[in-house]
Amino acid sequence: MTSEISTYKRFSSICFVIFALFISLSFDLNASEPIEPETHGTVSDSSHAAGAHAAKAHDPNAPVDITSIALEHVADSHSWHLWGEGHDAVALPLPIILYSSTKGLQVFSSGRFEHGHASYNGYSLVEEKVISEDPTESIFDISITKNVTQMLFSAILLFFLFTSIAKSYKTQGVTSAPKGKQSFFEPLITFVRDDIAKGNIGHGSDKYVPYLLTVFFMILVNNVFGMIPIGANLTGNIAFTLVLSVATLIITNINGNKNYWSHIFLPHAPKAIWPILIPIEIVGILTKPFALMIRLFANMTAGHIIVISLVGLIFVFKSIYIAPVSVAFALFIDVLECLVAFLQAYVFTMLTALFIGSAVADHNEDGGHNDDDEKLVVKH
Amino acid sequence: MNLFISASLIEPAVGLIFWTTITFILLLILLGKFAWKPILNAIKTREEGIEKALASAESALNDMRELRANNDKILAEARNERDALIKEARDAKDAIINEAKSKAQKDADRILATAREQIINEKNAAVTELKNQVATLSIEIAEKILRSELSSDEKQKALVNNLMKDVNLN
Repeated sequence: MTSEISTYKRFSSICFVIFALFISLSFDLNASEPIEPETHGTVSDSSHAAGAHAAKAHDPNAPVDITSIALEHVADSHSWHLWGEGHDAVALPLPIILYSSTKGLQVFSSGRFEHGHASYNGYSLVEEKVISEDPTESIFDISITKNVTQMLFSAILLFFLFTSIAKSYKTQGVTSAPKGKQSFFEPLITFVRDDIAKGNIGHGSDKYVPYLLTVFFMILVNNVFGMIPIGANLTGNIAFTLVLSVATLIITNINGNKNYWSHIFLPHAPKAIWPILIPIEIVGILTKPFALMIRLFANMTAGHIIVISLVGLIFVFKSIYIAPVSVAFALFIDVLECLVAFLQAYVFTMLTALFIGSAVADHNEDGGHNDDDEKLVVKH
Repeated sequence: MNLFISASLIEPAVGLIFWTTITFILLLILLGKFAWKPILNAIKTREEGIEKALASAESALNDMRELRANNDKILAEARNERDALIKEARDAKDAIINEAKSKAQKDADRILATAREQIINEKNAAVTELKNQVATLSIEIAEKILRSELSSDEKQKALVNNLMKDVNLN
């Protein structure tokens, strides 16, 4: 049963990887062209383009570009857009932090860009990217974007939530039944500890429980925040999932024991196929967390895109009679996304535990069982 | 342009990687120290407490069962003892009654024997006395008769004759 599931997961993750590679390559090829004029173009060009875009949005007869709206919706932003379009848009400006190779660290508000219409201090905002007008200057954009803001907020929320829960254990004593927040989160915590950590890692799982709990609640909270209309799609951002999966990669390989490494470099197979097997195993080290990264990103982003596409149907057909259908389907997808929010947090944590479990397992599949049996026989 | 934006979707932004790394590591350390450790410890302590309570309840149940078994045993013993006591008492009663009976019989026999002896003695005494009385009376009667018989000469002669008649001098 479990092997079937893991085979399916492996298969699906490989499909994801191939798909993602294909898409990224095709986009890179296509995207390399239009980037050129924009990076070298003048400010007036880009602001003109943005102005045209704004004018297009205001023209009621112009076709609505649902694709770019949907993609903008799931992407990160330098300001927190609340409601409205074009000049009526109400957005919260967020701080821009740049590390420039020539000017050093610079901090200013994203309001200076006036939604991409103005340049400030030699920088302009094109398609939510800060671009320097000086071609020799290379910049690292470490701005507090919408996603960063939500992440910091969720981190602070999680910190205060769980420290207050920890405090209630201290004040109420451990013998009393859990109350309030405690009674909601305790089952989740014990679920992560018992079913995810102990179930997949087995002996010595306690060491990894804090990591698994942090990952689980970080993803869960941000999945839920992402579903709130003005919330940011943090868990559907590949940078966020990349960091989490790299953390899993590091933890898995740091804790990998002799069996784990011997399974990779000394596989139980004829030596003739080692040249094929060893590279596959080495790639396997990377594909596992890579699949984690893509799975969470793709699931969350897909949900958001489906919802906005369904709502976008109203504008594509330019008919209010589509609205009930769109709303019904969007509601269905939203309810599904509620499930997915929990499911993806669970899947990410569970697979992380599974990878750690396979790295710290005491025995491999062939010889280990016999050794154990012998030990048992000796003991008895 | 769409392709450009969608390419940025799967192109990780340096800024977000930077902030995620910092936030995540800090969150992991802080939550690990101030939240997960106390919470997990508390849950573990409580679980151990519950386990201990269950174990002690189990042992209490066993103790009670043992106690009840003991009680039953004691009760059975007491019942046996009571039965034994009752039996003993009955035996003792029977023995006492029997003894009393036999003693009474013996006494009665003895009294009867004494009475019988006394009666015989009394009877003998009475007979003796009667004999004496009869002898006295007989003598008195004989005297009176003799006196009347010998009151006149004729009578005396007649008597001598009579007596002489009886005496046959052969």
